[in-house]
Amino acid sequence: MTQTTEAPTGGVAARPGAAPGGRVTSTFAKALNAALADSMAADASVLMFGEDVGTLGGVFRITDGLTARFGEERCFDTPLAEAGIMGMAIGMAMNGMKPVVEMQFDAFAYPAFEQVVSHVAKMPNRTKGKVRLPLVIRIPYAGGIGGVEHHCDSSEAYYAHTPGLTVLAPATVRDAYFMLREAIASPDPVVFLEPKKLYWSKEEVDLAELRRTFEAGQAPRRIGKAVVARPGTDATLISYGPSVPTALAAAAAAAEEGRSIEVIDLRSIVPFDDETVCASVRRTGRAVVVAEAPGFVSVASEIVARVQERCFHSLAAPVLRVTGFDIPYPSPKLEHFYLPSVDRILDAVDDLQWED
Amino acid sequence: MLGGAPEGGPYDGGTTPDGVLLPSAEPVQLVDPDGHHHTDGRYLLPDGDRLLDAYGRLVAGRRINDQANALVRQGRMAVYPSSHGQEACQVAAAVVLGAEDWLFPTYRDTVAVITRGVDPLQVLTLLRGDWHSGYDPHEHRVATQATPLATQLLHAVGVAHAAKLRGEPTVVLAMCGDGATSEGDFHEALNFAAVFHVPVVFFVQNNEFAISVPLRNQSVAPSLAHKAIGYGMPGERVDGNDLAALLAVLGAAVDRARDGGGPTLVEAHTYRMQAHTNADDATRYRSADDVERWVPKDPITRMRTYLRALDLLTDEKEQALADEADAIAAAIRKGLNTEVTVNPAELFEYVYTEKTTQLREQAEQLREELARDAAGAGTPADDTKAERR
Repeated sequence: MTQTTEAPTGGVAARPGAAPGGRVTSTFAKALNAALADSMAADASVLMFGEDVGTLGGVFRITDGLTARFGEERCFDTPLAEAGIMGMAIGMAMNGMKPVVEMQFDAFAYPAFEQVVSHVAKMPNRTKGKVRLPLVIRIPYAGGIGGVEHHCDSSEAYYAHTPGLTVLAPATVRDAYFMLREAIASPDPVVFLEPKKLYWSKEEVDLAELRRTFEAGQAPRRIGKAVVARPGTDATLISYGPSVPTALAAAAAAAEEGRSIEVIDLRSIVPFDDETVCASVRRTGRAVVVAEAPGFVSVASEIVARVQERCFHSLAAPVLRVTGFDIPYPSPKLEHFYLPSVDRILDAVDDLQWED
Repeated sequence: MLGGAPEGGPYDGGTTPDGVLLPSAEPVQLVDPDGHHHTDGRYLLPDGDRLLDAYGRLVAGRRINDQANALVRQGRMAVYPSSHGQEACQVAAAVVLGAEDWLFPTYRDTVAVITRGVDPLQVLTLLRGDWHSGYDPHEHRVATQATPLATQLLHAVGVAHAAKLRGEPTVVLAMCGDGATSEGDFHEALNFAAVFHVPVVFFVQNNEFAISVPLRNQSVAPSLAHKAIGYGMPGERVDGNDLAALLAVLGAAVDRARDGGGPTLVEAHTYRMQAHTNADDATRYRSADDVERWVPKDPITRMRTYLRALDLLTDEKEQALADEADAIAAAIRKGLNTEVTVNPAELFEYVYTEKTTQLREQAEQLREELARDAAGAGTPADDTKAERR
């Protein structure tokens, strides 16, 4: 896997270029764009709307070209009102559509929070499944891009804490494509967290081939399924979304020091894949959870609790966390002090009570 | 008609150059409190059969409110937000819609939901407390009742927008109270509906109070209907205790929406004759005299006087309507006096389409707890605990 995190100067998704072996280099952003386009082509009830998603193609260009290809009825700009976007999506989903909405930035989604927790999450349960809400809430998410205040919150715990929501955070270009398509096809509402700092990461993938694979039903299920991103035997790093490349870099650095570190990419925060996580920890006996959000009452806290409940007798050391500090997301020149770094992860690995 | 510049008539009080969009200076009234026809320049009185049919539903609505209140006092329901005094709004909202249309009610709009055809016992499930909603919204095209304010107005816009995109003739009537007009979702819903030009009728029942807060502390707009002009849609004010006027005004707004004319905001001026719910002490914020002043405006007595004067309503017919209302009340009473069996396994069934591993584990945990409780029935609690250890 080749992951890069630099943003292009123009703020526009890099166009795929030719690569050896017939494959092409695609960015995470391009894979999301392709997943939206392919979903809309495959199912006429899929709609995309939000702020600036039409003519502009979204501030991150994830919806680039959709209006031109599918028309203003299928991909359209709304008034600037997040609760309005969310509430209207609920009604459209009640009435036969599969809306995909973009919240532009994580911290801009809060005005829609009541609609999400009080209605999106509860409507199917309230009606005993008579009303399904097959909608997707796309949220450009988390930090590492030098954004100013209110552009870089890690808000996954709010959504993960709310029963009824599926919460996903892809970390690779392939997963970005497959997971967004799976999210759109899901009969349940999905909060789809797109790590902003990975938008410009690249992989050699053939998007047309991914489409054929998905539409042939040959893509393994990703909702509720974690994956071993790097195998190892000495300790497990458990991560998701924007922290996965950092965890992989830490595992690579640890290998140079002679430690074999396994990295689990959760992909799906809710539902949570206890099986894959616990199988790994039982093998390695040591674990560190890595996530960007503040650690207090976080998804990382929950993972630690689950692992110690289920793997207590396999553990050689307490399960540790490397998370953001318990502070509001810092300003651009300070964020690198806040974000989990390779060194901080390696320090935590060193603290796992090794016998030698 | 609505949305066009009238020649003379109520729009004369308007302040825009052509009077377009502004509500009438006084609420539209077709039958006054004394039961006499009151001529209006723009709205025709509905015909006698239509009024008689709606009157019957009004009588049933009052009976439903009374019965539900009695059942709360008997401990058969957790709570009931009564629409006593507002039944004309309730009935009109339901009967102006066709089968292809959708109704989005609030928690107080039980009578509207029942009038639309939903089984009363299913409607009262929420208030009885055995599930959050007891009916299938798709069956009668009635959205769930819920307690957050104004949120459902946006869902209504979404349903209408989806229907419009598919070229279906659906109109959506979305109800809220005066308090809800202060919520952000109210404004976002009106703006979205106007921008996307979707067929929604927003129907505000202004009953003067948001629990204890009077309208003057809620809004200083000339009327709530005046808010419509800010979004570029027509607003209209109607006497909320005048069944005939409500049928005419809401009917015109529905017709206009169906014909592609876009959304309308209708404000009904009415009064909540009883407390917010049975848990509320209304004497703390209003006097008995205030309430008494609304008694002569009662929607039922007024329409009864009108229909009796025209001999459309006879003694026999009145007796028949009273019997029908009694039968509905009896069915409600019987249903709520019958213990329902709740199934705890259902707690986990509908959270996701497919139960997650975690929910399967929790369902199993609860099942085991219940099995243990059943097996240990009659044994002292301490023994059960000892057994666990």
